[in-house]
Order: sequence, then structure tokens, then C-alpha cells
Amino acid sequence: MARRRKPAAAAADLVSRIERGEPGAIARALSLVTDESEGYEALLGPLFRRSGRSHKIGFCGAPGSGKSSLINRLVTCFRKAGDTVGILAVDPTSPFTGGAFLGDRLRIQEHSLDEGVFMRSLASRGMVGGLNAAIFPALHVLEAAGFDRILVETVGTGQDEVDIVEVVDTVVCVTAPYQGDEFQAMKAGTTEIADLFVVNKADLQEVDRALGAIRDALSLGPEVRAGWQVRVVPAAAATGQGVAEAAAIIDEHRASLKATGEGERRRRRQLRKELSLLVASLIARNTLERIGERHIDALLAGTTDPLTLGRALLTEEI
Amino acid sequence: MVKKTRRILIAKPGLDGHDRGAKVLVRSLRDAGFEVIYTGIRQTPEMIVRTALQEDVDVVGLSLLSGAHMTLFPRVAKLLKEAGLDGVLLLGGGIIPDADVPGLKKQGVTEVFGPGTPTGDIVSFLQKWFAEREGAGAASPAAHGKKA
Repeated sequence: MARRRKPAAAAADLVSRIERGEPGAIARALSLVTDESEGYEALLGPLFRRSGRSHKIGFCGAPGSGKSSLINRLVTCFRKAGDTVGILAVDPTSPFTGGAFLGDRLRIQEHSLDEGVFMRSLASRGMVGGLNAAIFPALHVLEAAGFDRILVETVGTGQDEVDIVEVVDTVVCVTAPYQGDEFQAMKAGTTEIADLFVVNKADLQEVDRALGAIRDALSLGPEVRAGWQVRVVPAAAATGQGVAEAAAIIDEHRASLKATGEGERRRRRQLRKELSLLVASLIARNTLERIGERHIDALLAGTTDPLTLGRALLTEEI
Repeated sequence: MVKKTRRILIAKPGLDGHDRGAKVLVRSLRDAGFEVIYTGIRQTPEMIVRTALQEDVDVVGLSLLSGAHMTLFPRVAKLLKEAGLDGVLLLGGGIIPDADVPGLKKQGVTEVFGPGTPTGDIVSFLQKWFAEREGAGAASPAAHGKKA
């Protein structure tokens, strides 16, 4: 039984199967790292060492903008170009029941039999910011499997879902007609992080107004950031209109990342985020476990205060 | 240790566009604390099994109202097995005549839930199944049914 072997040997075996692209191994590894089940720690190092080669593309935007439908169309474009595609789609976990309906999949199901596409639905499991806490290890599984493109779909919760910018190389913000005027587009948050705006549902009326609102808002500040001019393109996932243009701009952005050195800067930012998330979770785990009734007693008695006690808990065994 | 999350795939095989039942089930399973994935309508058994594999689900629930269950359900069971997903619990629901149930059970469908089944019954069934599996898993990790 593989399970009875030493974790390192079992991990090496699983990683080599992932590298061969075995869907069962990829799926299993994704469960291990997202559930933090037994043996997952032995996987993290080998997976990390195989990361950093795929083009990671993030999709943000309000619920119902058509992120999944657009991804569905883009996958077709990428596959025609000969690229393999991994997809991680995050949907919200209920804070009340812990349950989730992971509904992105059904828009992308036409690619389910394509051996060059692997999709996994993730629940946010309490993490704010539109992602899953294990997003980096999950990405590394797909990177180790050698997918050329990895698409990450965020929950789509709203205006400040900006963690994605520290996770992927290229950020696509998906919006649609009737989602607000130029004042909406001027706000901080998701609109600041986009390398490309796709105004989806361009088959609807008012698409020109939506395009204009974003272009107006963009024109108010510096036009070019790190050698890249943020682009705005209309598309209709329902008909396929504009999708090839969006894919071409995504490629242009990838080339720009390489040419300007911005890609390197973003990679460093991703690593910093990954390390920060991990350290935060290690500290939280170690420290939170040590909080006991005696600490609450001390607070109740007024002999200390939360800040003093909190600092003491972080640095010493008390 | 066993998996902490409980993942369920609800799937609609074949040429049947009626999925209100599937959606009601998705909703009640979500509310019962499961992570639920829905394939949408008009799926082939191959699509369903490949989805189950990629999503690493514990349970596949098939809903069919067209009458093709005797062909499609066993086909899904067979493909699950071929994909190494022996540990996945396969359930059926929809318009399934009582007379067909023993045949389905013989061919890999563990339980069949017909029209009028309270969603609470299905939730209880699943909770019991997970609890038993997790209990068994704690005693012997190999009984988890997943290939390591």
C-alpha cells in the first residue's frame, strides 16, 4: 500500500504521476493540499520546485459578469493555439453551514473530455479576497503537471477582491453593460489591478456606454503602467465575439511582462504573498492553539490587556 | 486522517433537460454543509466520470427523468470503476420505476431516491454514509477507497 510508505516516498511517487499529467494524481494532490490531509506537507516542497513556468491568468469581476462563460471561450482559443489549460475556479463557502455550490464548472463543461484541460472547483472556505487559502499549493499542483496556461477564477464578490493580483501574472477584469458609470470605474479596488478589461455581454445594448465609462476612468490617470497600457475590449461569451481579441491581448501582456521585467517583479510579489500567507497561517495555528482559559481569566481580572497578552503569546510560552 | 471536506457531484446524464429536481437537491445539500458541484444538463457518462475524477468527489448523484436510467446509470458505474473511483458512492434519482431498482443496485448504484423523497432523507443517508466511512477511515486509512 502506497499509503503505508514513508510520506516522502509516497509524495515523490505522486509528484512523478502529476508530472506525467495523470488526472487522478492531479486531483488527489489538489485534495491533499486544499484539505491539508495527512501527507500534504511532503508534497509542498517538490511541487514548489516545479512551479513558475506556466502563464497564470486571473479573472475577477462581479458575480454574473460572465467570468466562467468567458473562460469557457478562452479555453477554446488557447487549445486551438496548442496550449494545455488548467483551471481553478473559486466559489463562496457558506459562512453559516460550511456548504458551497460550486457552479462555475457547468459553464465550462464542454471541455470536460479534452485531455488537455483540467478543471477543479474550489470553495473559498472562509478566506476573504475571492480565493482559497491553499491557492498557491493548488497552483503548484497544476504547474507541476505542466499546463501552459492556468486560469484562476475568483469568487466575484465585488469591489475589493484584489488578492488575485498577488497570485497571477495577468489580471483580467470582466464587466458588463449596466454595471455602472465612469464613477464606478474610478473607484479603487478591482479596477486598479486589471491589465485587461473585458466588457462582456457586448451583444447587449449600452455596450458602448460601458466601454466609454472604463476608458474615461482610465484616461484620468497615467496611461501606461510598467510599460503596459491597460486595454479595454468588448466581448460576448454567448456568441464568441471579441474572445479571440481578448486572447491576443492576454498574449501581448505576457510578452510585455517578459520584455519589461515586470514579469520578474510580479513573480517576486507572488512569492512574497505565498510566504506571507504561509507564515500567517503557521503563526495563527501555533498561537491560537495556546490560548487557554487562564489567559481569559487574566483578561477578566484586568491583570493584562489583549495587546500585551497577544504579544506575549507570540513570543513566549505563557 | 480522512478528508475533512465532503464533496458531491450532481449530474444529469443523457437527453433530459428537466433539472429542477437536481437543483433542489444541490440547494439542500449545500445547506447541509456539503460542497456541491453540478454538471448541468445533457452530460454523457464519460463527461460525468471525468468530472468526478477531476473534482475528486466522494459521491456522484445521477438524476434522470427520461427513462434511460437502465442504460446510463450502469454505464456511469462501470466507467467510475475503470477510472479507479471504486470508493465513490453512486446514487440515483428521478423517475425510476420500483421494478428497476434491484437491477440498478446490482449494477453499482447503491441507493435510488424516487419522486417525493424528502430532501432531508437524502441528507441523512449521506451523513450516515460519510460518518461510517470516516469512522472506518480512522481505524484503517486504507479503507478510504482512494488510491494513494
